Amino acid sequence: MNYFVRRLLTLLLTVFFVVTLTFAAFRIIPGNPALTILGTEASDEQIALLEAKLGINRPLPEQFIDWLRGAAALDFGQSLRFSEPVLKLIGDRFPVTISLALLALTITIAVAVPLGIAAARSKGKAADMMISIGTQLGLAIPSFWMGIALILVFGLVLRWFSVSTYVPWSENPYLALKSLLLPAIALAVPQIAIVVRYLRTTLLEQLNLDYVRTARSKGLKDHSVLFRHVLRNALLPVITVVGINFGELLAGSLVVEQVFTLPGFGSLLITAIGNRDYPLVQGMILLIAFIVVAVNFVVDLSYRILDPKIRMK
Amino acid sequence: MLNNKRHYLLVTIIVLLSLVTAACGSSNSGGNGNKNNSSGKETAAPSATAEPKQEENKAEGGKVEGGSVVVSIPQDLDYLDPHLAVAAGTQEVLFNVFEGLLKPNEKGELYPAIAESYEVSPDGRVYTFKLRSGVKFHNGNAVTAEDVKFSYDRLAGTATGKPLSPAFNSVESIEAPDASTVIIKLKENNTSFLTSLTAAVIPNGYEDSNKNPIGTGPFKFKEYLPGQRISVEKFADYYVKGVPVLDKVEFRIITDPEASLLALKSGEVDIYPRIGTEKLEELGDDFQAVSAPQNLVQLVTFNIDRKPFNDIKVRQAINYAVNVDEIIAGVALGKGTKLGSNLSPVLAKYYQEGLEDTYATDIEKAKSLLAEAGFKDGFETTLSVPSNYQFHVDTAQVIAQQLGKIGVKVKIEPVEWAVWLERIYKGRDYDLTIIGLDGKLDPYQILNKYLSDSPNNFFNYKSTEFDSTLQSAVAEVDDAKRVALYKKAQTILAQDAAAVYIMDPNLNVAINKKLAGYKQYPLYVQDLSTVYFTN
Amino acid sequence: MNKKASFSLLLGIAFVALLLAVMLTSLFYTPYDANEMNIAERLQAPSAKHWLGTDNFGRDVLSRIMVGAQTAFLVGLLSAVIGLVFGFIIGTAAGYTGKWLDELLMRGIDGLLAFPGILLALLLVSIFKPSMSQTILAIGVLSIPSFARVVRSGVLQQKEAEYVKAAKGLGAGHLHLIFKQILPNMISPILTTAALSFSAAILIEAALSYLGLGVQPPDPSWGRMLNEAQSFIRKAPWFTLAPGLFIMVTVLGFNLLSDGIRDLRDTRQ
Repeated sequence: MNYFVRRLLTLLLTVFFVVTLTFAAFRIIPGNPALTILGTEASDEQIALLEAKLGINRPLPEQFIDWLRGAAALDFGQSLRFSEPVLKLIGDRFPVTISLALLALTITIAVAVPLGIAAARSKGKAADMMISIGTQLGLAIPSFWMGIALILVFGLVLRWFSVSTYVPWSENPYLALKSLLLPAIALAVPQIAIVVRYLRTTLLEQLNLDYVRTARSKGLKDHSVLFRHVLRNALLPVITVVGINFGELLAGSLVVEQVFTLPGFGSLLITAIGNRDYPLVQGMILLIAFIVVAVNFVVDLSYRILDPKIRMK
Repeated sequence: MLNNKRHYLLVTIIVLLSLVTAACGSSNSGGNGNKNNSSGKETAAPSATAEPKQEENKAEGGKVEGGSVVVSIPQDLDYLDPHLAVAAGTQEVLFNVFEGLLKPNEKGELYPAIAESYEVSPDGRVYTFKLRSGVKFHNGNAVTAEDVKFSYDRLAGTATGKPLSPAFNSVESIEAPDASTVIIKLKENNTSFLTSLTAAVIPNGYEDSNKNPIGTGPFKFKEYLPGQRISVEKFADYYVKGVPVLDKVEFRIITDPEASLLALKSGEVDIYPRIGTEKLEELGDDFQAVSAPQNLVQLVTFNIDRKPFNDIKVRQAINYAVNVDEIIAGVALGKGTKLGSNLSPVLAKYYQEGLEDTYATDIEKAKSLLAEAGFKDGFETTLSVPSNYQFHVDTAQVIAQQLGKIGVKVKIEPVEWAVWLERIYKGRDYDLTIIGLDGKLDPYQILNKYLSDSPNNFFNYKSTEFDSTLQSAVAEVDDAKRVALYKKAQTILAQDAAAVYIMDPNLNVAINKKLAGYKQYPLYVQDLSTVYFTN
Repeated sequence: MNKKASFSLLLGIAFVALLLAVMLTSLFYTPYDANEMNIAERLQAPSAKHWLGTDNFGRDVLSRIMVGAQTAFLVGLLSAVIGLVFGFIIGTAAGYTGKWLDELLMRGIDGLLAFPGILLALLLVSIFKPSMSQTILAIGVLSIPSFARVVRSGVLQQKEAEYVKAAKGLGAGHLHLIFKQILPNMISPILTTAALSFSAAILIEAALSYLGLGVQPPDPSWGRMLNEAQSFIRKAPWFTLAPGLFIMVTVLGFNLLSDGIRDLRDTRQ
């Protein structure tokens, strides 16, 4: 238990560190949000007036403490540019990004597990080679280019998908799924490659272990050995890989969103940075940092609980 | 003062409104009262034309009353309060909700709106307005002189001493002697002041404008969802009969151009202003396209305080080396108007023709000028460009390549818009930059950036000749003389090679084919009052 | 195993050599000047005159892709060097001294590793101003953890090896031990990591430039070209294909190279 408390503290400290750095970094770099909002024709008085209204003319420590105090009560302040609570803006955009990441995750598992098993079972044969070549390609394709290619083929040539029109889940789940499918595929491809390679390796390791040999020698059929024993043991590390890569998936979706012009986190983050919308940037970074850290923690936790060997240490 | 009144040379602008009734339909040919009643001498007042009649019927079908239109706008509003709003993107929306004593039309001319007529004293310091009767606020109250006084006092900061708008700095006093008369006195003669009177009139004592704006415009405010949309609906008591036609207009905030295009294609959006030329061409014949100069000056500015740009020969050399026609063809796909100074031909009255050929591309001449300035082998410099404007980034690439031909090695430095505003525009820390300067209705408000002591003189341009020319232009009451002075000011800028003036890029608007009556302004304005559906 | 290993290695070498050749050629020859504009010939389809067509300024896409290879190699190489140098210092310091320094450094590395690379790069690059050098720096910082980990575990293993203990017993200094005894035995894992970090760097650079935050115009970058090409996807679809294909082949080459070196080591041991 001591270990987890320590780990949790380190993780929370990491989040705090990230947020503090973000705050400091964005105040140091040039750019004045009031100027960005008002443009070229504003007088100095008008700029000063807006700065006062936004509260960005106060001393930095005061602003930071204010922000921390608010954040502790889950109030992340108002966006400077959109004059809306940060939490609401995030609430509007985050579902797009998270559902894209989750859909990509689902596709990854649905495709990678059968492929990984097939590769392990046909080790050294033509099928294994094909899958191996496929995974190498999958790892090498930039997901945003994959996205562009998918738009080109399915959107513009075949016209199966109306490209870049996002429909919220609440409006029409079918169309929502349809609008997220291509980006999710683009996002999933490198992940599939990673999981297939990993699963294949762990499966092959397991197949060489004693208990499998024993089971086989007892005359158990290959596939029943595979599904009863081997797969169960092989999936554990796979889940870990998937968990750890969830952060990558989330970050990758920021880029893929831009390709498909989905109204997600990516475009909001980039505009917020460009506008020097401090509260919005801080809120978003905090959320991302928190998710990444939390996922890492849960993966760590589950790994230790599920795998007795590590627990004993 | 009142005694002097009879010595005034009275110029009364009588406005004949074309009364368009719904019954007239598209076949209206009502009297277009374009009568400029200039009795006597020319005065400081820009010629006011009567409000344009409701025509511009481009589509065949008949006019349909009512309907609802969605306009895509690229950014959120800064304020709903018209006196606090500075961003151009906000002004273009609020144009439909608010009106001032005067209002600009699509030709960039002023005509009386809440005012019915006005007089200017011969010394140009006293403006007397007669208010139009029957103008109502969206809350149903009639507009009185007190409302006007309150509104303009608020802008001039009479009570606080801090003007909300710099344009009202020159106001000495605002008086409302009776319910339909407003007298504004200026500290000094300022012919450009009149355009400031397009500023919104709001109800007397009303302080809730930022939440629930109340104006006198053709549409009244309905709802604002920050970051998403602002909706306005028809103001039935608008003083122009038959205007507006539409029941409801929604301005939807879509920051991504690609998403705007898709929204237009899918029919979610009816009007997409400022659509990129490339995208407009892609739309083909499925949509109406309006494309016209927008009173914007795209230019490359030199930091004249810095070497080598303090040398006029270097600036001229660069002007000779930049091939504007190539930029217009390559970056604007031909949709741009070549410029020679800091004024767009949209302001036809003040525009000095012929300057655009001052520096016809001549590489040899550019090279010899550089050599004369002591840069036989050229030099290296940095061209900073706001990275969020692809148009300027593209222009920068073409210019970098063109200047390479005379040995000037240009490093392009893309900067974020926030950084551009702070470091380059306010801080004047740059070598070269590219930007588009918004047009105004009055040439003084466009050209005053070049005044030696202007806070926005990010060119660091200093010319006593220019200063005195522009200052006497704005104070000149005689129309012809004033025009001549403004033209001279433009010529000085061109001869001094104060910047490389590139073009006024066309503003493109893509419009649903069912709509008609859309008018494009030489201003940052989306006027929906004349738009209607056809069947 | 052996056969496949050498196959990956050979294929990897072949791809990398091909791109290296393209890159080196571009240093003294391209069909056209990569930045030479010709507005009249904008967005032309591939032809005998322009093998890969022209872009929106009428620049030759093939020439730009060739010069773009320089960018890719420069970013890949320099960021790998940054990662290697700092990763080596941190990794040896942690592995060699152990104890609290090890704990501290590895916690820091874990923290850095926990964050998605592209996101960190995005933040770093937008905090400083987007440019090629910032991109290299940001990606270099990102590749420190993987080098540090590899070096640390290598050092930990080697530290206990008999010959190192023997040298230590003979009174060899720390630097001698690290550079003469331990390092030569870690070349293979370092090379594997370097090749991987190279391909990761190219992918991240492409993504950043695609977002408009990495390499800035007019420097040709494959990611940037994709960004520009996407605006013309309907008018000039071929323009979106070539840069992506080159990114893919480069990344594939370095991945195979990395796999090949690793497999070679595995079979040897």
